[in-house]
Amino acid sequence: MEYAIELRGITKTFGEVIANNNISLAVRRGEILSLLGENGSGKTTLMNMLSGIYYPDAGQIFVDGKEVTIRTPKDAYALGIGMIHQHFKLVDVFTAAENMTLGMEDGSSLKLKDVKQKIREICDKFGFHVDPDKKVYDMSVSEKQTLEIVKVLYRGAEILILDEPTAVLTPQETEQLFAVIRNMKAHGKAVIIITHKLHEVLSISDRVSILRKGEYIGTVDTADATELSLTEMMVGQKVELNIDRPTPKNPSPRIVVEHVTCLSPEGVKMVDDVSFTAYGGEILGIAGISGCGQKELLEAIAGLQTVEAGGSITYYAPGETEKRELIGCSPREISQLGVSLSFVPEDRLGMGLVGSMGMTDNMMLKNYMNGKSPFTERKAPRILAEKIREELEVVTPGISTPVRRLSGGNVQKVLVGREIASSPTVLMTAYAVRGLDINTSYTIYHLLNEQKAKGVAVIYVGEDLDVLLALCDRILVLCGGKLNGIVDGREATKEGVGLMMTNLASEGGEA
Amino acid sequence: MSIVLQSLIAWITRTVMFGTVIMYGSLGETMTEKSGNLNLGVPGIMYLGAFGGFASAYYYSTLAENPSKILCILIALLCAFLASAFGGLIFSFLTITLRANQNVTGLALTTFGMGIANFFGVFVLDGSVSVKAEFANQAFKTPIPGLCRIPIIGDVLFSYGFLVYLAVILAVVLHFFLTKTKSGLNLRAVGENPATADAAGVNVSKYKYLATCIGAGISGIGGLYYVLDYNNGIWATTGNIENLGWLAVALVIFTTWKPLNAIWGSYIFGLLYWLYQYLPDIFGIYVPSDLMRMTPYVVTIIVLVVTSLRKQRESQPPAALGLSYFREER
Repeated sequence: MEYAIELRGITKTFGEVIANNNISLAVRRGEILSLLGENGSGKTTLMNMLSGIYYPDAGQIFVDGKEVTIRTPKDAYALGIGMIHQHFKLVDVFTAAENMTLGMEDGSSLKLKDVKQKIREICDKFGFHVDPDKKVYDMSVSEKQTLEIVKVLYRGAEILILDEPTAVLTPQETEQLFAVIRNMKAHGKAVIIITHKLHEVLSISDRVSILRKGEYIGTVDTADATELSLTEMMVGQKVELNIDRPTPKNPSPRIVVEHVTCLSPEGVKMVDDVSFTAYGGEILGIAGISGCGQKELLEAIAGLQTVEAGGSITYYAPGETEKRELIGCSPREISQLGVSLSFVPEDRLGMGLVGSMGMTDNMMLKNYMNGKSPFTERKAPRILAEKIREELEVVTPGISTPVRRLSGGNVQKVLVGREIASSPTVLMTAYAVRGLDINTSYTIYHLLNEQKAKGVAVIYVGEDLDVLLALCDRILVLCGGKLNGIVDGREATKEGVGLMMTNLASEGGEA
Repeated sequence: MSIVLQSLIAWITRTVMFGTVIMYGSLGETMTEKSGNLNLGVPGIMYLGAFGGFASAYYYSTLAENPSKILCILIALLCAFLASAFGGLIFSFLTITLRANQNVTGLALTTFGMGIANFFGVFVLDGSVSVKAEFANQAFKTPIPGLCRIPIIGDVLFSYGFLVYLAVILAVVLHFFLTKTKSGLNLRAVGENPATADAAGVNVSKYKYLATCIGAGISGIGGLYYVLDYNNGIWATTGNIENLGWLAVALVIFTTWKPLNAIWGSYIFGLLYWLYQYLPDIFGIYVPSDLMRMTPYVVTIIVLVVTSLRKQRESQPPAALGLSYFREER
């Protein structure tokens, strides 16, 4: 049977990073294919090459058996390929119907009546509910998603790609969406759905293709797959990393988190009733699919997130019995109370450093308020900058060169170096080695281990399970904002943690 | 006629003419801002339009042996439009292609436009304090024949040059363009969410360039009208166009980016602006003139406060106003 769309040997690199390496897969008409993989496995990049956002470095794409070239989103539309992005592409102040017609250039006058008629036809055919006159800003998340799907169908899409469509939906909305997807399948559309939720893969798709770190692992029929077999393919064999892991020396509780719940601006629970204790002198890893509450949890401890009533975060100073409640304190107050939290944000430049400033000025961001004189004290930060440059081997023309001009790895070193220099008692890092080469990564691991030896409570949010398993003493697994268990880093298996990341222990499999 | 009635008529005609100047200015700026470009160079652009229109009409009427009114009007309009659209082109190139900061570029353009116009104006003035383009002034001032002779109504409604009526028509056409055509929809999408428009296949840069240049051209007609009609065809070294340019920018906010509102909005600004001169005659009240001239700005601030408080999405500026757009690349 002929494939609706087929990829052969697709390769895409960004600089030195290989996002996709020689990937081949295919979808038939009337079939639902799941694309499964961890964060950074290259799922979205691969699909963006079908929707015309990226252009592959090598490989061929076939639509209905004919080789095609897709350079722009317009080319993709012309070939009947429609992608529903994770971040909706809608104009807020326009109505549903106006959003549909956007960019269509046949005829000059706006015949909204015809558009609305066609929207109703599509809705009747596939079982959607869209009010063509409703403004997008009045719509709920699931309504917006429905609108996106109707939009690509309106533009004549035969091949639909959905990028993590259920990430923002409630279980009921997910069921509705799946009903619609099955309906589209019945109408002979080819559907590719990107996801990392295993139970969804098993319930919706006909076949599953698995990617891991940009490599194509294989395709299996869903009927033959189980959650365990898929997890094994997704996380792969354990890779031995030679990272030191000294045994924690007399760990004492440093931060006690109890029943912490955080809401997103839309009111979705990003962190849901999480309780744990971080000990001084150990590295606590946090594992989870991206966007499962890691960022919010760290921000809650740092005083940057509002915590819902009923939760508490208690801080125990080292060597003292005194304890302090952190909720309700501003980030400044937290540090003035004697609590030093060092925060390496996910977006290194966005929150941690000022791109147009040099290393010295960036050092000063942490301590400009020290001292009584109205003038800034530049000497100490300059010495610190020089020290970091030397010790961490930061490659820069000079400490006054804007950090924006440094490479990613060097920016990371400046940031981590500064955080460590403030001699914290709790060091939180999020994705500290994201985008770094092996050597720099090891430098960072080494730095974290040094802090651990000094009795600092290190919290390490990571993406790479191999690293988490090799570096951390304990690993806390988050799943959809909920705490799914804390495992011992020395005993846990990769498959075990992988399953915990994708399946909630209490309600695993269902919903 | 009583003095009160005379004053009232004078006030209204003054208002309509004044309103026309800023109506052009704000219609052009509305068009520009709908594409997400905040062009604060409106005063400079109106200067460019004023000078382009005045100089071309002045030289045409003095150099041509037998000047025709129609030709004079066409030449003046074309030159005013081109001169100010050129200002828009500078702004577009700097902010769209080179992604310069829009506020800085706009303010620089204001200074630039005023400087250029006053510099070349020196050659036209040729040593005198002011020069009058009599012929062009007559051409632009020609009222609607017949109707303008009706007492009172004729004075109030039909005594103006054709540009007054063109401004109203333009406002309606612009409203129609923005709300009822696909190009208008695409343009609004570019100003609201350029990334979405781009993904939908709209050429963002093209829309921004065209809207900014055409918008500047329309604003420039306001400058032309100021010199050749409102100011009786007199070119002098005054900075009055600048005041009106800023009022036009304020008017865009006052109208909440809707061209139809500009029709009555500009006349309200005119009434308020000239209130001080007619207060004594009509109402018998004496108020310092500077205080009264301030009222259009005060009203704009009140409108801003009210629309911000109401948070009605339709009354907000285009969401991407003032931001440069470039397709994200990794």
